[in-house]
Amino acid sequence: MPTDRPTAAELVEAVREFLTDHVGPNVEGQLAFHARVAANALAIVERTLAEGGAMDQAEAERLRDLLGRDGDLEELNRDLSRRIRAGEAIGDGGALLEHLRRTVQDKVQLANPRYLTPRD
Amino acid sequence: MTAETAKDKAESPAARLQAVLAEVAAEHYGDGTRIDGLVRLSGGASRETWSFDAVTPDGGREPLILKRDPADQTGEQTYAGVDSRHGVDRWTEGRLVELAGEAGVPEPRVPFYLAADGRTTAGFVMQRVEGETLGRRILREEAYAEARPKLAFQCGQAAARLHGIPAGRLPPLSIMDVGGALAHQRGILDNLDHAHAGFEYGLRWLEERLELAGDRQTLVHGDFRNGNIIVGGDGLRAVLDWESSHIGNPFSDLGWICIRSWRYGHFKKPVGGFGEIEDMLEGYEAGGGGRVDPRAVHFWEVFGSLRWGVICVMMAFTHIIGPQRSVEKAAIGRRAAETEHDLLQLVD
Repeated sequence: MPTDRPTAAELVEAVREFLTDHVGPNVEGQLAFHARVAANALAIVERTLAEGGAMDQAEAERLRDLLGRDGDLEELNRDLSRRIRAGEAIGDGGALLEHLRRTVQDKVQLANPRYLTPRD
Repeated sequence: MTAETAKDKAESPAARLQAVLAEVAAEHYGDGTRIDGLVRLSGGASRETWSFDAVTPDGGREPLILKRDPADQTGEQTYAGVDSRHGVDRWTEGRLVELAGEAGVPEPRVPFYLAADGRTTAGFVMQRVEGETLGRRILREEAYAEARPKLAFQCGQAAARLHGIPAGRLPPLSIMDVGGALAHQRGILDNLDHAHAGFEYGLRWLEERLELAGDRQTLVHGDFRNGNIIVGGDGLRAVLDWESSHIGNPFSDLGWICIRSWRYGHFKKPVGGFGEIEDMLEGYEAGGGGRVDPRAVHFWEVFGSLRWGVICVMMAFTHIIGPQRSVEKAAIGRRAAETEHDLLQLVD
């Protein structure tokens, strides 16, 4: 990736601000709703650019421990899914569920961090 | 304005529908019945909903709602390889609203139906019930403060009554037992060729506990939740949207109304964000459904979280693979993470 400014993250941020500050207030109905949805999607991209790399690394490390093999994240996840379906025992005690909960926590953190804080 | 555009305007969808409604309403309420204030409501994109008044010859006014299939069937599409809904037709849906009403479920009356012809798609007409359908408003607005504590009981009671409709009175419906329901979800995920360890874990958890699901088979509403009910200041006024109705496990309705996605942030109240499971089960018993094992509700809540997650994934693939590009569908795909999160909190 080029190191020139604006960075990819800064470009995405600029487009999100454009949608939120300039498009949204000037359109109505379905279009306004979709502008908000689009801005939210870009916020996911921004969070992924900032935090996704570290999350992937941690997930792959946990998977290598759990499965006792090497491979990239997609291969490892395919293998994990296949072994869960086959009913195989994976890891010790609650290690599998613990891994899945950690992984989905990260996914929600990227997709919709507010979901993790209850409102009442 | 040229003559041609004037003609187009005269034959706008609303004008055409108004003419059809006047004709059918006259058969029902008598000659000279007028259609007043016909307006299309927003909401479900897969169906058209219209609001209007029928003004009868004696000057009476009937506030009504028409729900019909969309004229433009390309308006709402899902990924062609899968079908998430059992999809009853509009006449069946109208008939179910009538039957549920007769069984004591709060429902509008259904005065007449529209047959598909060259001028309209098929639909049914029901009384317009005043009240709120938006889940968030039901949970937050002061106007429903007194209704909220009653809703879990009332929803349980309504569910028991609709589950109790004798099978012999029902229109033809598809049948889905618990094994079929699980195979259906698995089939969708396999079809998408999208490895998903969290959902696999959920499927395995459910398959290993089938005995918790219960084995009754009844009419199931299929989308029984906060968002598909009308609530007034006095409580539950109607159960809407019978499009996913089928013959299946009745407790699936009780689990579905509990999944966290329908609590709109009010997570501490498991039933629709407004009530407790025990209140719902008391209502179910009062409605004649008998005592329900809370473990069955829990089983079907796990299933419901999985089902909603699979629908979210499917929406994403409707965008990714086709047939419909949509930023909204793409974004909904990421909501699958929320349901996976809920699912993994519910299982052991």
